[in-house]
Amino acid sequence: MSAVMEPGEHYRVDFERLCGDLPGARTPWVRRRREAALARFAERGFPTTRDEAWKYTDPGVIARRAFAPAPAAAPVPAPEALEPFRIKGLDCHRLVFLDGRLAPDLSDVGALPPGVVAGGLARTLEEAPDSVEDRLGRYAGDEDNGFAALNTAFLTDGVHLHLPPGAVLDRPVHVLHLSTGAGDGTVVHPRNLVVAGAGSRAVLIETYAGLHEAACLTNVQTEVLLGEGARVEHYKLQQEGDKAFHIADTGVYLPARARYRSHVIDAGGRLVRNEIRVRLDGAGSECVLNGLYLLGARQHVDNHTVIDHLAPEGTSREYYKGVLEGHSRSVFSGKVIVHPGARYTDALQANHNLLLSENAEADIRPQLEIYADDVKCAHGATVGRLDPDALYYLKSRAIDEDAARSLLIYAFANDVLDRLPLEPVRAYLERTLTARLLHGRKVEELI
Amino acid sequence: MGTSKQNLDELIRKDYEHGFVTDIEADTVPPGLDEDVVRAISAKKGEPEFMLEWRLRAYRHWTTMREPEWAHVHYPPLDFQAISYYSAPKAKGAGPKSLDEVDPKLLETYNKLGIPLKEQELLAGVAVDAVFDSVSVATTFKDKLAGMGIIFCSFSEAVHEHPDLVRKYLGSVVPHTDNFYASLNSAVFSDGSFVYVPKGVRCPMELSTYFRINAKNTGQFERTLIIADEGSYVSYLEGCTAPQRDENQLHAAVVELIALKDARIKYSTVQNWYPGDEEGRGGIYNFVTKRGACRGAHAKISWTQVETGSAITWKYPSVLLEGDHSVGEFYSVALTNNRQQADTGTKMIHIGRNTRSTIVSKGISAGRGQNAYRGLVKVLKGAHDARNYTRCDSLLIGPRCGAHTFPYIEVRNPTAQVEHEATTSKISEDQLYYCMQRGISAEDAVSMIVNGFCKEVFKELPMEFAVEAQKLLGISLEGSVG
Repeated sequence: MSAVMEPGEHYRVDFERLCGDLPGARTPWVRRRREAALARFAERGFPTTRDEAWKYTDPGVIARRAFAPAPAAAPVPAPEALEPFRIKGLDCHRLVFLDGRLAPDLSDVGALPPGVVAGGLARTLEEAPDSVEDRLGRYAGDEDNGFAALNTAFLTDGVHLHLPPGAVLDRPVHVLHLSTGAGDGTVVHPRNLVVAGAGSRAVLIETYAGLHEAACLTNVQTEVLLGEGARVEHYKLQQEGDKAFHIADTGVYLPARARYRSHVIDAGGRLVRNEIRVRLDGAGSECVLNGLYLLGARQHVDNHTVIDHLAPEGTSREYYKGVLEGHSRSVFSGKVIVHPGARYTDALQANHNLLLSENAEADIRPQLEIYADDVKCAHGATVGRLDPDALYYLKSRAIDEDAARSLLIYAFANDVLDRLPLEPVRAYLERTLTARLLHGRKVEELI
Repeated sequence: MGTSKQNLDELIRKDYEHGFVTDIEADTVPPGLDEDVVRAISAKKGEPEFMLEWRLRAYRHWTTMREPEWAHVHYPPLDFQAISYYSAPKAKGAGPKSLDEVDPKLLETYNKLGIPLKEQELLAGVAVDAVFDSVSVATTFKDKLAGMGIIFCSFSEAVHEHPDLVRKYLGSVVPHTDNFYASLNSAVFSDGSFVYVPKGVRCPMELSTYFRINAKNTGQFERTLIIADEGSYVSYLEGCTAPQRDENQLHAAVVELIALKDARIKYSTVQNWYPGDEEGRGGIYNFVTKRGACRGAHAKISWTQVETGSAITWKYPSVLLEGDHSVGEFYSVALTNNRQQADTGTKMIHIGRNTRSTIVSKGISAGRGQNAYRGLVKVLKGAHDARNYTRCDSLLIGPRCGAHTFPYIEVRNPTAQVEHEATTSKISEDQLYYCMQRGISAEDAVSMIVNGFCKEVFKELPMEFAVEAQKLLGISLEGSVG
């Protein structure tokens, strides 16, 4: 039978088998959306490199494989297994998802301000589906992205963070998405929904990681809806295993004076794509997108951002940096669109890449589309190696070649970490990432 | 400021100066394209067999291709069967032997355009090859150049006189399969310019071609081939105009440059095809493929373009940096006003070691113009120590225009150093205020600021072209501020 199945056809078979048991299956609108999304996926399939947005990232390796849904009951790992992903010194509300489903026993949400929800989306779909009906799927990328459509079709669980107007979360929410599969070929579709009411504040930290080295697919879709004047700080630490596929799409909506800051750190994964789409739809809204990728071996990481300035006086800042070793390849596409009427827009974008190996490749595509005249937009992009003068300077001060190189790489990458406001996260990343960059040595030891 | 704004509006509506039609009897092939038309064109030109074969191969390939749609331009689909693929001023007898035999009406046309061939011949300076619709009309200074071994003639003449050179180099940079419009051009091109500069010769004067589309419902498909042999140097200028008509006309040219070891080619364009009227009616569709290859060590190719005309410009003068230490340059000013659209830029392909490229692009959008820079900088694995510097600046004048930047950067060598910078801005109130405070009128101030904005590119142009380019910009831009 499999011989006659179209590529991707097995997703329909899985869907028919599972859809009755998915959260919210009894709610008509949830069911309708899942079915519509599956139909869209059937129509479009996975993107290919012929799609301009996927020019440099070939999803073929994913499309050709038949990924099976991860079993509903994941084996619960020992608490020590989670230890490497804990952020020391961070007082937080903690949520742990195993193979895309909330594991209440491993989670520790603690006390929340009145009206605030920080839990699993599955529970909301079961218990209060109406509360998210007009929000879920509003800024999803279903329309032109097969991965996003597939996520909606298999929509199961993920973080649901809801803040009523004016609510302030003092402690950050740390979400750990763990893949437990030891074997290849499973897929999870985490679905996150963040709704921050007018004037509310929250910090969300997400970690994506695998417990085993397995060729699994994590296909995430995140929607972040802010109210007027709301502020959300969003960290994403992607530490998937070396064989893992990670495809993520994030849609962000910003009305007047809202502020969204994203920090995406890529350290793991075999094939990774982080797509972030931000709509600045109200006057004076602001978005900051920072990114750092440290790649080696045959890793491929694609950061794809689209910022739509639809309203006057919007500000956007993008700052992405990458270090490439081995046969790795990085892609950065950053599109900024200033729509008619978005006067006084101020948009800056920068992408800098350090190529450390003969076999690494960096592809950059910064794009500006501007339809309004009173704007300030700029982008800058560079690819290069370590500055020989700087190396010489350090060596002339009795620092050996190896240490000098490590120091310069560290300084290059640290520039992004310095932009992270949350100290414990910064310290955690410095420990885990610099250990890799400096081959286990400490900065102090090098000087 | 109300009245001054009115004056400015009048200025901006300034009519296209070169919009006259010359009434000349022409030998035109009926509209439509099939193998017979290709054969007919080839036969009319009395071409050798290899040319016909090449054209037919291109035509057959073209029929399998689709029009490209990726550019940031919008226009109704073209009907390629409604275009006449050949139009030549009807020759009296065997065709002109010298300028004295050229139809005086034709010469008058060129005089109106400001390139009196006779004067040109007298004044030491520029040697001109003028292309009227599809056929090369006259080439000045030919004898003088021939004395130095330089071949500067129409393409048809080159096919007959220097078939070996044509055969060797035609399609070697832009193959007949390259893209939709290049394939079309390869099948039907009627004439163009041919330049060969022998080893070690420095061409003593600027070579120049003036293109003009005159006949109605014709496309212009010219082909330029420039070969600079080892250690030679040539500077080539190209200018274009067309009469004012309501319908859109297609111009699909191909330019191939070949610079051998230590050779240098400088190619400058001032493109002023009819841009269409205020509402976007008429105007030339300028879909052009230009590419140069640095075939030897230390070769250098430099493109400079000032694009002020055409309803739509689709053009990416590129350089293949094959030889070690070869250099590619691209300097561009593109202006779109009213409803003009431009999607232009360059490709720099670094193949050899120590190759260097510089890209400076200045886009100016006014009215409802849409201006896009699209470029590729590619550093291949073997291109050790390649270096690229790219700068794209956009200037927006008025709230309804658009400026876009689509650069692609692909680096596969760690020793490469690639930098890209782009900015977008408008003429600030402060700058204007500062100038006006000192008694400079608004339009002069804008003109000054725009010229300053473009200076980096203008300084690359030969003197007479730089003056013309500044004038052109001035005409199109004055009064765009309100």
